[in-house]
Amino acid sequence: MSAARLLLAGALVAPLALAEPTAREVQDIHLRDFHAKGIVKKEAAAQDAVQRICTVTNDRPSADIAKQLEADQMKTIVFPAGNLMGDWQRGEDIAQSGRGMTFSDAAGTPNGGSCYNCHQLAAKEISYGTLGPSLQGFGKTRGAGAEMQKYAYGKIYNAKAYNACSQMPRLGFSGTLTEQQIKDLVAYLLDPASPVNQ
Amino acid sequence: MIRFVLAFLSLVPLVAGAQDAKKEVEKYQQMLGDGSPAELWELEGEALWKKTQGPKNVSLEKCDLGLGAGKVAGAYARLPRYFKDTDKVQDLESRLLTCMTDLQGRSLKDATARLFGNADRPSEMEYLVSYVVGQSRGHKMAAPVTHPKERASYELGRKVFFYRAGNWDFSCASCHGEADKRIRMQDLPVLSEPAGAQKAYTTWPAYRVSNSQLKTMQWRINDCYRQMRFPEPEFASEATIALTHYLAVTARGAPYRGPGTKR
Repeated sequence: MSAARLLLAGALVAPLALAEPTAREVQDIHLRDFHAKGIVKKEAAAQDAVQRICTVTNDRPSADIAKQLEADQMKTIVFPAGNLMGDWQRGEDIAQSGRGMTFSDAAGTPNGGSCYNCHQLAAKEISYGTLGPSLQGFGKTRGAGAEMQKYAYGKIYNAKAYNACSQMPRLGFSGTLTEQQIKDLVAYLLDPASPVNQ
Repeated sequence: MIRFVLAFLSLVPLVAGAQDAKKEVEKYQQMLGDGSPAELWELEGEALWKKTQGPKNVSLEKCDLGLGAGKVAGAYARLPRYFKDTDKVQDLESRLLTCMTDLQGRSLKDATARLFGNADRPSEMEYLVSYVVGQSRGHKMAAPVTHPKERASYELGRKVFFYRAGNWDFSCASCHGEADKRIRMQDLPVLSEPAGAQKAYTTWPAYRVSNSQLKTMQWRINDCYRQMRFPEPEFASEATIALTHYLAVTARGAPYRGPGTKR
């Protein structure tokens, strides 16, 4: 190991000797150093149970705690009665749009789902992100039955009900997407006519 | 010019033969040889640095950026750091505000009147930052973590990096924590590891073509939090300085290559 490397390694270890700020202190600093702007309230800088536990466990809570969190999150999902398949064409626009919920967005503008920011969906769309798994052919491999519709709806509404520390936003729970928009996304994922399944 | 050529090299189509690639590079060299926007910002910033302003009618030439009054060369590469006079860890932007208020006698309101600029109304802060960071080109990044407050700032910065909150439950690590990920077509560096932090942090601040402005690190952090659906971070707040400090320390050892040019 070169002297420079040793020095670097030593310097990187040094800060660890200091007491880390507690989760509460870190939250207080965020509440002090962030301010409300536009449609985003200051309180959004505070953590709820999911955010807090996922942060302190590096997104790996114990199996028991994960189960409890998921059960609690499941209770937040409002499943509409009846058919959950909306219009896949409207769903495509929602999947493409990354607008909404930022402090520079005007109130009242329709939000998008930002799906393509993280997922591959239709084969024809080559500009897709890779933070989430590919969803190409989602309905083709899983079918479009009532149970699958319910799963897709719930997962979009609150991904943390299925995986406590998922990186996916809780799009229904956070008020990002409406019931109809989530139904349209369910159709985009499951409808055999959707380009996702072509 | 070399640094810009390097940035564009990766864009040269691989299908083209070696001769064609060489020609493409020469074309870029020609284009960039006429001067990059970043360099114009550095020149404008130097003029503002030397301009007498404020109730005390002095320039910023006696500003202490950490290496002593008036020493600009290599100063940015050693920021953020602890400053005895303010008893705080400060990043470049925060330190410039200190010099504008203490040295020039300007009110904080005046000094912070235009922190982020646009094509119609450019920002004094963005010009000044361009000049100062340009004077660290080629200097190895070496933000210190020796003073207890520097160690506390680094630790806090690490916590801030991994802090999940906001309407979409994101932390910095949601996008910058895993290798080989991208948003749409945009590659995402892993900023919690030296290789990724070195690559990214040494090219900020940067001229951003989509803004037609040279944007500061404080702006970069502000815009990340905007996209993370957080409320707005206070400019030069402890949280943003600590986060910058964490990134700067993680990036240590690599030479500063900025101000860069971004999409």
